[in-house]
Amino acid sequence: MSLGKLLERLIQLIPVLLGVSLIVFVMLALTPGDPVQIMVGEQAITPEQEAELRRDLGLDRPMVERFFLFIANAVQFDFGQSFYHGRPVADVIAERLPATIELSLVALIVALATAIPLGVLAAIRKNSIFDRLATVGSLLGVSLPGFWFGILLIMLFAVHLQILPVSGRIGYASEVPTVTGFLLIDTLLAGDFAAFGEALRYLILPAITLGLPMTAILMRVTRASMLEVMRQDYITFAEAKGLSHRRVIFRHALKNALIPTVSVAAIETGSLLGGNMIVETVFGWPGLGRLVVESIFLRNYPLVQAAVLLYAITYVLLNFVADILYTVLNPRVKL
Amino acid sequence: MTDAALAPTSAPAADSLFRRNLREFRRNRLAVASALVVLLFVVMAVAAPLIAPQDPNATDLFRRLQPPAWIEGGDWAFPLGCDGLGRDILSRIIYGARISIFIGIAVILLATGVGILAGLAAGYFRGWVDVVIGRIVDILLGFPYLIFAIGLMAMMGPGLVNIVLALAYKEWVIPCRVVRGETLAVRELEYVEAARALGAGPRHIMWREILPNILSPVIVVSTIRMANVIILEASLSFLGLGVQPPTASWGSMVSDGRAFILESWWVSTFPGLAILLLVLAINVASQGLRDAFDPRFSE
Repeated sequence: MSLGKLLERLIQLIPVLLGVSLIVFVMLALTPGDPVQIMVGEQAITPEQEAELRRDLGLDRPMVERFFLFIANAVQFDFGQSFYHGRPVADVIAERLPATIELSLVALIVALATAIPLGVLAAIRKNSIFDRLATVGSLLGVSLPGFWFGILLIMLFAVHLQILPVSGRIGYASEVPTVTGFLLIDTLLAGDFAAFGEALRYLILPAITLGLPMTAILMRVTRASMLEVMRQDYITFAEAKGLSHRRVIFRHALKNALIPTVSVAAIETGSLLGGNMIVETVFGWPGLGRLVVESIFLRNYPLVQAAVLLYAITYVLLNFVADILYTVLNPRVKL
Repeated sequence: MTDAALAPTSAPAADSLFRRNLREFRRNRLAVASALVVLLFVVMAVAAPLIAPQDPNATDLFRRLQPPAWIEGGDWAFPLGCDGLGRDILSRIIYGARISIFIGIAVILLATGVGILAGLAAGYFRGWVDVVIGRIVDILLGFPYLIFAIGLMAMMGPGLVNIVLALAYKEWVIPCRVVRGETLAVRELEYVEAARALGAGPRHIMWREILPNILSPVIVVSTIRMANVIILEASLSFLGLGVQPPTASWGSMVSDGRAFILESWWVSTFPGLAILLLVLAINVASQGLRDAFDPRFSE
């Protein structure tokens, strides 16, 4: 893809991002309840103090001005104060973000590592018992409500078998100095392999729960595209040359068959963001998703607004990357 | 030229194709069985007051966390056991079906209606109409679904109508894109040209000529989406942003049971099983529908 095309696509992102910000802004502006009242809570303040607070928050200005103020502040990562934490929203979010990213990445790895081999196997053994089981499995995967599946896993592995922890990110006994916020990295940096293992154990159930729908979808995509590739002439030719079946599949077919899988994986990574709220709530995972859900009930709206905007922007960018990835991997597609 | 004079040109063909597709669907036994399961859930929801063994909201602290009937301490009057307030789980599942199915159908009807209007307009008029609708669609697609719904629910507050709106605000985008694409393809076909040559106006062409011929893929997509909407509603209820207590909804029942997973597995397990069964049945049935009515997209 040429640089010009890429720039063109980047410019096309601007109205979408502006529109997304507008919706997030309107969402909060229309929320019933006076922000000043919510902020002040039970404290008694004088009308003068209230007016001053209103002026500080920019609430006395017209809507259009407030929107542009919101955008100007958002670009500088200034989302105001979190009423509940008494600190800037951006700080609170930055603190919780690594936990969410770590969980999402591990879920992505789990999904890719299971979906690709299963999808390839289902395609190679088309119509076998395994293929049918895989089809049923993928249907179950997209039909299972994540929050319920997570609870079933907790009941089985944490309560009944007692081999994995119920909730949290790491046990209280482990003390890991925070460097990156990613426990898997921080434990290694500290040279504490026991804590690394423990962090990994805490990740297993939430990552499986979060990755399950994605696994199901990626498996179907891999299977379908593998079947498609296996029908191509160049595969027949490779087989006719006398190459071993294994070599044809792994060296010739798989490379092309994975193109749709990679693109769909990029798109589906965005859907992990939504799943995070559910999974973090089920497993008491101290990430951004749980923070947002808690903030809704605390009416801590600036934080909800910032987080929804952050999620939406990440989602738009991920879709953009998926598009670009698809074109780069598949030169026949022109943007 | 009246509507009646133009109508017969397309009607008989559509009808026979519909029947052929329906026969095709009936041959898929798994899909038919799944459709029956869905129907069973609908009947259960409609007839809830007649078939529920207990009052779903009647609390009885003596029956708190009573196990299912086949476990020691159970009682066949409360077949699936009781929750933390001593309410009958089976009756609450039966009543909960009303919420899931009502919201599923309401969201899909509303979203499909809006999506058809917007998609027809975008595909038929093209130009600035298409650009404006396309931009709105792009922006709405910029939000992860659940996060958009959570944001809206936080803003509007809980409640049945608000859930329907929160989900429909984004859902219409999907039928809209399907309708737009199909309209773009169909509007150039000869029979549409013919209708235009006979002097039919845009409204007649969109509603009487184009819509009947593109309805199959729209219906197929809508049924597939319904499964998704039901899971989303359950997720909102699970997070406490759905229908408010004491009204029974499957998502909030699963959430209630979280407090008791150490000793009383049944409180969360059965309502979750109900969601899985209904969603799975809708998924299998809609795949069967797709294979029969819109074979282009079958694997």
